[in-house]
Amino acid sequence: MKLRRSLLFIPGNNPSMLQNGGVFGADSVILDLEDAVSPNEKDAARLLVAHALRHVDYGTSETVVRINGLDSFGSEDIRRIVPCEPGALLVPKVQCAEDIHTAVAKIAQAERREQKKVKIIALIETPRGLAECHAIARADERVVALAFGAEDYTAGIGAQRTKESIEISTARMLLVNAAAAAEIQAIDTPYTDAGDDLGMETDTTMAKQLGFKGKLAINPRQIDIIHSVFNPSQQEIAWAHQVIQAIRQAEAEGSGVASLQGKMVDAPIVNRAERIIKLTQVLGLSQEVVPC
Amino acid sequence: MGNTLNTAQAGTLESGDIMLIVAPASAAGITIELESIVFPQYGQAIMEVLQKTVEQHGLTGIYIKAIDRGALDCTIKARVLTALARAGAVLKEELL
Repeated sequence: MKLRRSLLFIPGNNPSMLQNGGVFGADSVILDLEDAVSPNEKDAARLLVAHALRHVDYGTSETVVRINGLDSFGSEDIRRIVPCEPGALLVPKVQCAEDIHTAVAKIAQAERREQKKVKIIALIETPRGLAECHAIARADERVVALAFGAEDYTAGIGAQRTKESIEISTARMLLVNAAAAAEIQAIDTPYTDAGDDLGMETDTTMAKQLGFKGKLAINPRQIDIIHSVFNPSQQEIAWAHQVIQAIRQAEAEGSGVASLQGKMVDAPIVNRAERIIKLTQVLGLSQEVVPC
Repeated sequence: MGNTLNTAQAGTLESGDIMLIVAPASAAGITIELESIVFPQYGQAIMEVLQKTVEQHGLTGIYIKAIDRGALDCTIKARVLTALARAGAVLKEELL
């Protein structure tokens, strides 16, 4: 299971930030060639990111490159960046499955024979992209996640973007469902007020409740908040262990259904508990004794 | 020099970056003028990176003015290649 709790954007034409991208502890760093780079600096950023991928140590962070749209500089980005072996490309404004097929063909053409296959995270940020997001999620095995871009999306539907985010609630749930149906991850839109920690925590908690597995970040200070929300709490870990204990005891007694604190424990509950325990193990979190 | 160069610029004066101007020179070879905040410690090494990057592409008759703000080697190479490409140099694809 590849963790993508936090994905931090780093401007692709800023050497200082590119060389320090690995120190923040994000699960993924997104070296951005799109919105963070002005049109007349695309050539410079492309070369800078290519050389950074080869020479900068990003530690345990997955390297993701946000390319430009395939209708602008995207094809040239793929040609130059893919041979440098990023973990994934974040493809912006994906509208339909055909966009993924086009990107995959270009990626396959640019890949060196011996290199690891470059994955795709599809950025869904238009009304049409949202309408087609299940087909996009299933378009190719390289697609490992759908990410949501709410700023462009709300502009597309003619809504005002608010901190309460009511205007994107349906979009968020559709995207989570499409990703889950395709058995890939759903990544939530960034919280754009980097100075509002409380708002960030509230927004991230909402994302987790809806089923997102991670969140885009625009500032390093957001990473700890994202991790604290997406990491299982001590209460959740304790509950998960109790569920597993209860179902094992029931199975030993010849029953497939158990009860924990008066509530039925059946397969979906066990699955959720197992996911929490697996995540706990991946994160190296220990269980303290906490009353449920 | 295999092709005619124009004058071109790349990079910035931000910390961690290097700003370069490349221009055609009347003399053969590569003439480098370097200002760096770390010149006493790394001036020679930076000059070598600049020189080697240009030479790898078989270019000569070039003047480079560089103002370094503590750039890593990979940044220096990327900025030189950007400046050369903008100047119209034909670069070796496999070395980009």
